[in-house]
Amino acid sequence: MVGIVIVSHSKKLAEGVVEIARMMAAEAPLAAAGGLDDGGLGTSFERIAAAVEEVDQGDGVGVLMDMGSAVMTTEMVCEALDETRIRMLDAPLVEGAVLAAVEAQMGTSLDDIAAKIGEAREVHKIAADA
Amino acid sequence: MIDNKKMVEIMQAIAKRMEKEKEFLTELDNAIGDGDHGINLARGFAAVEQKLPQLADKDLGAILKGVGMALVSNVGGASGPLYGTAFMKAGGALKGETDIDAEKFAAAFEAGVDGIKMRGKAHEGEKTMLDAQCPALKALKEALAAGKDLKTAMGEAVAAAKDGVAYTKTIIATKGRASYLGERSIGHEDPGAMSSLMMLEEITRVL
Ligand SMILES: Nc1ncnc2c1ncn2[C@@H]1O[C@H](COP(=O)(O)OP(=O)(O)O)[C@@H](O)[C@H]1O
Ligand SMILES: [Mg+2]
Repeated sequence: MVGIVIVSHSKKLAEGVVEIARMMAAEAPLAAAGGLDDGGLGTSFERIAAAVEEVDQGDGVGVLMDMGSAVMTTEMVCEALDETRIRMLDAPLVEGAVLAAVEAQMGTSLDDIAAKIGEAREVHKIAADA
Repeated sequence: MIDNKKMVEIMQAIAKRMEKEKEFLTELDNAIGDGDHGINLARGFAAVEQKLPQLADKDLGAILKGVGMALVSNVGGASGPLYGTAFMKAGGALKGETDIDAEKFAAAFEAGVDGIKMRGKAHEGEKTMLDAQCPALKALKEALAAGKDLKTAMGEAVAAAKDGVAYTKTIIATKGRASYLGERSIGHEDPGAMSSLMMLEEITRVL
């Protein structure tokens, strides 16, 4: 199964998003990389890299990020690790995490999850044509 | 001219300065960001300082890479991957070097600035650290081309960075958190430009 990592400035937010994704996909390998070692707000290269290792079962890892340094720091982790093994998934955090976790649990490949993740961007919470 | 001892001294000086200016930089970030820039850099460079003894005997490339890695894991904010990339790219330009001249120093600085542009998908004029660093790099290169020594040339780079910081006060932020404020970001200096100026001042002082 593809592993999924949630990167956020906030430890609570990252863990909360994992919690929500788990409701739909209890079997998928999910990890939160939120906040700094001292519990403060921010993103850390080492914490992201450790979360990637944790969920990597050999089928690759998809990473969802909140914003700013979360994106830039994840980019650096991708550059440092084998780029075929890890992909950044561009989507709203919660919708993207649910979609990615469900697909991962169904055995979808990392490439296919990356291609499909755009669907999470198209989900409207309020009907656009109403 | 700059060997590993000097490089370690530079990093210690920057770490000290960031600790000293923690509140001032944080205040600047309070006005147009989330009020953590000084805290971020003080924490990041404290981690650098802790790591320096392990790096001190290495070549300049390895020292700078080690500094960059410490920053990416401990700064927390956008300035972490940005300064982290800058130091790591500068380290890449100085791979295996143990004692560098002014030309190599300028090449490393340029690699660092290019790294920030790449990482931040940014350029001059967007009210970021680049508005201090790009003019500083340009001034440094011009002064060296005119035959000035490194310390004098860096003095001119610092002056250019100062003007750059002043310029950030007059423009709208289009990158980073401050961009959420739009027009309201005008009238404030960019915290990252200010911290870049301070780093350049420390380098120049130690040279
Ligand atoms: N995309 C970017 N490109 C270049 N510099 C940036 C970018 N985003 C932010 N910065 C710089 O980072 C500084 C903010 O750093 P910091 O407060 O540590 O991070 P954060 O904004 O995540 O809280 C800004 O003042 C600006 O100089
Ligand atoms: Mg900030």
